[in-house]
Amino acid sequence: MSTLPDSYTQYPNRREGYDHGLYEWSNIHNRKPIKWPGEKPIAVWLCVSLEWFPITPSGPFKAPGHMVTPYPDYRHYTSRDYGNRVGVWRMLDAFADAGVKASFAANAAIAERYPELIEAIQSAGHEIIAHSTDMNGTIDATLGEETERALVADAMHRMEAATGVRPKGWLSIARQQSFHTLDILKDEGLTYCCDWVNDELPYRFNNGLIDLPLNHELSDRTIITVQQKSADSWLESMHDAADWLTKEAAGAGSGRMLPIHLTPYIMGLPYRIGALEALLSNFAKRDEVWFARGDEIVAAWEDQE
Amino acid sequence: MREGAPDPELYEYHPYTSRPKITWPGGKTCAVWVAPNLEYYEIDPPIHPKRSPWPHPAPSVVGYSHRDHSNRVSHWRMAEVMSRHGFPGSVSLSVALCQHHPEVVADANARGWEFFSHGIYNTRYSYDITEAQERAIIEDSIRTVEDATGQRIRGWLAPALTHTPRTLDLIAEYGMDYTCDLYHDDQVQDVKVNPKGGGGQLASIPYSLEVNDHYGFFVYNMSGREYADTLVRQYERLAAEGENSGTVMCIPLHAYLIGQPHRIGPFEEALEHIAKDGRAWIARAGEIVDSWRAQQ
Repeated sequence: MSTLPDSYTQYPNRREGYDHGLYEWSNIHNRKPIKWPGEKPIAVWLCVSLEWFPITPSGPFKAPGHMVTPYPDYRHYTSRDYGNRVGVWRMLDAFADAGVKASFAANAAIAERYPELIEAIQSAGHEIIAHSTDMNGTIDATLGEETERALVADAMHRMEAATGVRPKGWLSIARQQSFHTLDILKDEGLTYCCDWVNDELPYRFNNGLIDLPLNHELSDRTIITVQQKSADSWLESMHDAADWLTKEAAGAGSGRMLPIHLTPYIMGLPYRIGALEALLSNFAKRDEVWFARGDEIVAAWEDQE
Repeated sequence: MREGAPDPELYEYHPYTSRPKITWPGGKTCAVWVAPNLEYYEIDPPIHPKRSPWPHPAPSVVGYSHRDHSNRVSHWRMAEVMSRHGFPGSVSLSVALCQHHPEVVADANARGWEFFSHGIYNTRYSYDITEAQERAIIEDSIRTVEDATGQRIRGWLAPALTHTPRTLDLIAEYGMDYTCDLYHDDQVQDVKVNPKGGGGQLASIPYSLEVNDHYGFFVYNMSGREYADTLVRQYERLAAEGENSGTVMCIPLHAYLIGQPHRIGPFEEALEHIAKDGRAWIARAGEIVDSWRAQQ
């Protein structure tokens, strides 16, 4: 006797295209070629997550990196905040030394709590991407549309109030959304989000919002924290990725993109930061690299859409 | 299988070092086959009481979009590398991909790849389905792949590796020649089946969890280069042992993993190594099973 209803082996969404209406299918290798400024084959997008974890976790799910022990979890509260106090400053120096611009996906709470950090980011010409309220501001389908709408509005309002700028981009915590998120982000006037990792170039959702895919596989969190590799192994992977994409771009006659997602409490540690510096110094010498902020990549893509 | 018994009685015990010698065409020692999983994962599938498809309530954005990377970006990257070094694929296919993204299936077919069924979707689990439901899935698989590619499927890899006690008997009854679901050997072996109507033979062809790219990257946490090195070591050993009796090495892949920009370069080097070595019989699953069967 089956414990499953007949509907378990029926497939109402089996049809050409996706089983949802969020975006259309497209093969990256058959698209109109994209040209980056200066005819550079690869756009390297550095994106740093700035995260403030309340010591009192809440929200629909626990963000990666959130508290672990029974309250009060000093261990994780402080080692996460290390990134905001120390690690990110190392990164800012590294970016300045290499002469490159990056995106910083920041919780609104970061902007409110650490104005010196925001000032340093803005005065160096980096971009700020909205990254929810704080690390309790996770989104999933259990949140409910109205609550989610209020959360996104609160994050945007507080970020604009604290920085004087309304971000164009949005990164959800853990890249997790609900089926309402894309419309809510559009309604909040955002141009792009970074959550969907299904592509290696920007593409447009059916509601007009743009996806700028921030590949989680290439993040320091996946390589170092999840896969437990060394910073040197991360560096080797970034070089392998850049080499491949440069070759692929030449073969396709179209630009490619290499997103490098960084976390200050992970890559900003004293024994790891050297790997990032080595990468930046190598890439800065490569003629094929266009270092670009997220909004610059999106703008270049939109111009040629 | 013997349902409910501690020993499912899937096969006979045959010690590795005292078997009749298997020889591969051209005097090659190791049959190497590449098994790309061409899959479709549903964004919001019905929930099976025994297994949850996604870590978050739908849409589980990273899980879904990571797999969608295969069908927008990395399938062609992986396929080009394979074609460049002379490796055809034997595809573990979520057959609904024939409807959702026929372009991907057509590309694989045009490259001369073989198809076997990996269920309708990789988000539908076979536990507790009825015999009628299971027959419907098998018949759907046969019909769907034939309509899309002109090929009659000869093998099976259970969707998300989920089985019923009757799966092996049923696929034998429908005339299939091999299963990829058993991991007990480095050589093709007979599986005990008892299909309705009698007769029926089923071979187990070595697939692999151990050198599956998913295990490599997210169980053993290898870098792209470590995984490539693992493939070379696996191959070197099996090619050497195949001097005594032909071995089989499978490289099971998922484009969204192996086709990431930091992994595909080292992977290409591993394929190149195997292709140039001279001891590899680079073949499709069906050819390997046929050659083995002819020697029984």
